[in-house]
Amino acid sequence: MFVDNSKQSVPTWRLRTTRAQWLSYVAWLAGVCLFLLCWKQISDNTMWVFVEDAGSQGVDLVGRMLPPEWSYAQHLWQPMWDTLNIATLGTALGVAMAFPVAFLAARNTSPHPAIRSVALVIIVASRSINSLIWAMLLVTILGPGVLAGIIAIALRSIGFVGKLLYEAIEEINPAPVEAISATGASQAQVMSYGVLPQVMPAFAGISVYRWDINIRESTVLGMVGAGGIGLQLNASINTLAWSQVSVIFMMILATVLVSEWVSARIRHATI
Amino acid sequence: MNRQQLAEMGHWRRLPLIQSAKWRWGLTLGLAAYLVLALSTVDVNWDRVIEGAGRGLNFLAAFAQPNFASRSSDIYAGILESLSMTLTATVIGVALAVPIGLGAARNISPWPVYYLCRSIITVSRTFQEIIIAILFVVMFGFGPLAGMLTLAFATIGFIAKLLAEDIEDLDWHQVEAIRATGASWWQIINQAVQPQVMPRLIGLSMYRLDINFRESAIIGIVGAGGIGATLNTSISRYEYDTSAAILLIIIAFVLLSEYGSSYVRRWTQ
Repeated sequence: MFVDNSKQSVPTWRLRTTRAQWLSYVAWLAGVCLFLLCWKQISDNTMWVFVEDAGSQGVDLVGRMLPPEWSYAQHLWQPMWDTLNIATLGTALGVAMAFPVAFLAARNTSPHPAIRSVALVIIVASRSINSLIWAMLLVTILGPGVLAGIIAIALRSIGFVGKLLYEAIEEINPAPVEAISATGASQAQVMSYGVLPQVMPAFAGISVYRWDINIRESTVLGMVGAGGIGLQLNASINTLAWSQVSVIFMMILATVLVSEWVSARIRHATI
Repeated sequence: MNRQQLAEMGHWRRLPLIQSAKWRWGLTLGLAAYLVLALSTVDVNWDRVIEGAGRGLNFLAAFAQPNFASRSSDIYAGILESLSMTLTATVIGVALAVPIGLGAARNISPWPVYYLCRSIITVSRTFQEIIIAILFVVMFGFGPLAGMLTLAFATIGFIAKLLAEDIEDLDWHQVEAIRATGASWWQIINQAVQPQVMPRLIGLSMYRLDINFRESAIIGIVGAGGIGATLNTSISRYEYDTSAAILLIIIAFVLLSEYGSSYVRRWTQ
């Protein structure tokens, strides 16, 4: 805080010093210039003729989607079940892999700094790459199907669960750990009686949260051939069957809302 | 013999995670039944897997010698497009998310506005970017504009939801203090709400910038601009050395933005 009373007889309160104020102006100017530069880049690569009739295209699209072809819903139960399985099994597999990685990545449980940095690289690599990219790779390796989807979801979840879990491990209360090691407990016993009980609630919460996210992500994995409702979505879009697409959208919306409710209930119960 | 007596005799066992035995066994059995059902839907074509395993090894090997050169102009253009989409989409998305976030906070908005804003947030959060991108590509044509709008739309749901939660948790005393001076609604928002939520809003925007970059790498698959198209082509042509190069660039940018955003957040909070 800065009170400038050099020029006026009445001191005026100002939030920043003159220098900080100028710096802030310059930062804003730079930000606006960068934004405009990026906007120019986008605008140069856009066919504006197509954009001009976007409004009528949008109205046309909604017109084709309505009314939804409800009878199509009976073909969607099986893919929806696949989608749920991809999300659930993928989360389970991902959590199982993330668990050891998190312990290796946490500063207080990692056996060696070198191992810690390897674990951190695994976490960042998994988080940086979208599940759709993982799915594309796995479809070329494993062939199309549910399995590729499950593994894609699992590989993507490692980073998220690992990161949140290792932060939870670093924040534990060291007193119980010290108490247990003072009884002469082995490393494994310290883990199981000192560390694990403290991180278990966070672990359950994070897993359920990730499951909820994975339900959303698994709805589109079929677009690159990895099973689930995305396959149907892709087929309907390719055949321009927009009245089927709207049924699929409703189905996804309902599933996501239910999974969000379930996840909120479970997290409420565990934390 | 109950738990207490057993423990006194030296047979201590830790408490089970779920107290009631009925629930414990019910959940275990339910889980086992689900696993059997779910795993039975996974059919694996082992011949195909064996055929693909070689490609998997090739892909892993490609990470050892990524090829930045042979498609360097495509990669450069794609990354540049991804970056500009990311920045503009985040700015536009956050600008639109602030009013919607205000509207979706139960403690400061009337119920019709509240429900309207909440449903916008729900729709934006439910549908994956790629689905929105398909619709926007149909409406706006191929190119980065559709991608930018997609990312901006997804940003709205993310930022507005977290901002609304933040506003719902804010310290109400400051609002009362400002209101007691006879301030208008606008002044209350500006003087009592905004200073409390600003640091978190900046942090969330930086985080979203990071997410938007990662998402911009895939919406190119459906023609919405960015590096995704190049990545998709290289994977389907089995040019794994180029794919590896692109993935390494993405990882590097995510790492950079992660360090950058943690720096900015430390500076603002």
